[in-house]
Amino acid sequence: MDAVVEIRGLRKAYRTWRGGRRQALDGFDMEVAPGQVHGFLGPNGSGKTTTLRALLGLVAANAGRMRLFGREVPAALPEVAGQVGAIVESPQFFGNFSARETLTLLATAGGVARTRVDEVLELVGLRERARERVKSYSLGMKQRLAVASALLKRPRLLILDEPANGLDPAGIREMRDLMRGLAAQGTTVLLSSHILSEVQQICDTVTIISLGRRVVTGPVAEVLAAHATGDVLVRLESPADHDTAARVLREAGATVTVRDDHLLVHRPERAAWVTRTLARRDLYVAELSPVGVDLESVFLELTGTTPVAGRPRQVDESVAVDTTAGTEVAR
Amino acid sequence: MNLARAELRRLVKRRVTRWLLLLVVAVLGLLVVSEWSSSEKLDEAALRSAQVQAQRDYEQARRDYDLFLPEQIAECERAQRAGGPGAEGWPADCQEVAAWGPRPEDFRAEFYLPRTFEFRWRFEEMATPFAWLLAMFAFFVAASYVGAEWRSGGMANLLLWRPRRAGVLGTKLAALMVGLTAAVVGLSALWTAALWWVAVNRGITSTMTPDAWRSFGLTGLRVLALVLVAGVVGFAVASLGRHTAAALGTAIAAFVVGVGGVSALVHSVGVRFPDRWLWPMYMQAWLERSVELFDFRAGCPASGPCEPETYVITWQMAGLGMAGLVVLLVGAAMWHMRSRDVT
Repeated sequence: MDAVVEIRGLRKAYRTWRGGRRQALDGFDMEVAPGQVHGFLGPNGSGKTTTLRALLGLVAANAGRMRLFGREVPAALPEVAGQVGAIVESPQFFGNFSARETLTLLATAGGVARTRVDEVLELVGLRERARERVKSYSLGMKQRLAVASALLKRPRLLILDEPANGLDPAGIREMRDLMRGLAAQGTTVLLSSHILSEVQQICDTVTIISLGRRVVTGPVAEVLAAHATGDVLVRLESPADHDTAARVLREAGATVTVRDDHLLVHRPERAAWVTRTLARRDLYVAELSPVGVDLESVFLELTGTTPVAGRPRQVDESVAVDTTAGTEVAR
Repeated sequence: MNLARAELRRLVKRRVTRWLLLLVVAVLGLLVVSEWSSSEKLDEAALRSAQVQAQRDYEQARRDYDLFLPEQIAECERAQRAGGPGAEGWPADCQEVAAWGPRPEDFRAEFYLPRTFEFRWRFEEMATPFAWLLAMFAFFVAASYVGAEWRSGGMANLLLWRPRRAGVLGTKLAALMVGLTAAVVGLSALWTAALWWVAVNRGITSTMTPDAWRSFGLTGLRVLALVLVAGVVGFAVASLGRHTAAALGTAIAAFVVGVGGVSALVHSVGVRFPDRWLWPMYMQAWLERSVELFDFRAGCPASGPCEPETYVITWQMAGLGMAGLVVLLVGAAMWHMRSRDVT
């Protein structure tokens, strides 16, 4: 089936005040299949919002191709815009209008039935506060309104840039359920977020971008599996035996790190080998489990943005992908 | 059509639009009240009272002059005897000095009539402040209408629904023009009715003729055009700057630099008809059909009437300038809208 979003070799440079150029996108590729919730991740300034803006026709790309529902954009945007709901960056609305007025004006402009306004207000939980001025709203409420405006036209593709920004824990869960529900109904969701635990829970596939280039893409499970360490966490019945056990394993050829209450055995051939080796020396394992990998650690590793104590990281300090050599070069 | 309807609704619902409209109505109301309170209806009693006052003042002036007359005649005769430059300005026959005194025609009864509101002339005179007030209203409403849309992110939101940028900006401008036209027509009707009411109760309406009404109609059309141009300028500049403040800053610069600065410059350089370089003169010419400027620097001849050279700014010249400005600014705003990133 054709991809809902297809981006190839997208380039965009911004002019700076001093006549220079800042390369925001440098040959970026992305593909989102229909009915999926696709996570779009990257450090600050990596080009996520520029990509979304280019896709939606708000900024003009310098090179590359973009397709929505198989149609070239921005040329075909007027035809496909009715199927795309989007929030780009922080939600901004005219503060003196109420949520209902804001949505009604958008619905009128887009030829959407007014009954849909009540439906989306109900859906995002703003029904009771719909008559209040938007400027009296909290960030989370504005976020809900933004989502409502994106849902107004019953989109086939929903593009959400940091939709959980400012939401309370219940709101985050509601948003997660909403996205899952929409995906179940066939809506494709492209989600840009920094809450990686959320992305890991919600998304089927993911693309990670760094300095305007794609670092990795694929199903979330595969990305995680590809970056699993294979390390094993070991606890003995008596923590006092941890040092002895570490010595035994090292003598047997393993690489071991001693932690406060456990041992970390790096990439053992098999987990059973650890148990057997220790048992031979009358050391009995109380717990043995593979060390799990999460999207956050994969993200930090792939983008090279793992914090280093005592060294503040600058915004553009992340991994630049060398697309010609197919390797990653740390900047 | 949906977008136009939504934009018109948005324009009407905006607080700035409503408050400024209220302010304009309040100022116009004050002007009407001021005209009402400073005018009186002319009746027989007022006419008689004016005649009596005029006669009394004439007689008093005559008496004062007659007391002074012998001294004047004596001075004339002294000057004639002495001859030379001192005699200049005195008549050859010093008795003629008596004729220099006050004359009845200098004390006409109409000079003593209370101020009355003569609709035909006063309405025309008040068209200029009316037009300026509405033009300022249009400028600020237009600038805020599109400027706030840019500043609040509403424009980016709207473009997600309607990606054809030129179409969006054009529709917004069209909605603004429709709104401003409705406001001008409504306010003009109210203004005319209010001043007519003042004239009926505190003045004269009998001097109105079909030609006068036709002339008022044409003035009204010129007022409408001026207001729409002010709206277009405010809209286009705020759109170019993507902020209301861009238009407000330009308006201040237009007055400070475009009037104060240019005036100081052209006067210091000593060009002829310096006022022809000031844009408000063209606005005035547009409203009043023409403005005549005089150049007194050539000096007057030693004898004969003093006739300075003139320069006439016509409404056609002003119209051409306004049309050029509109084409330039709308073109620039459209180009800017289509070609610049929305970030």
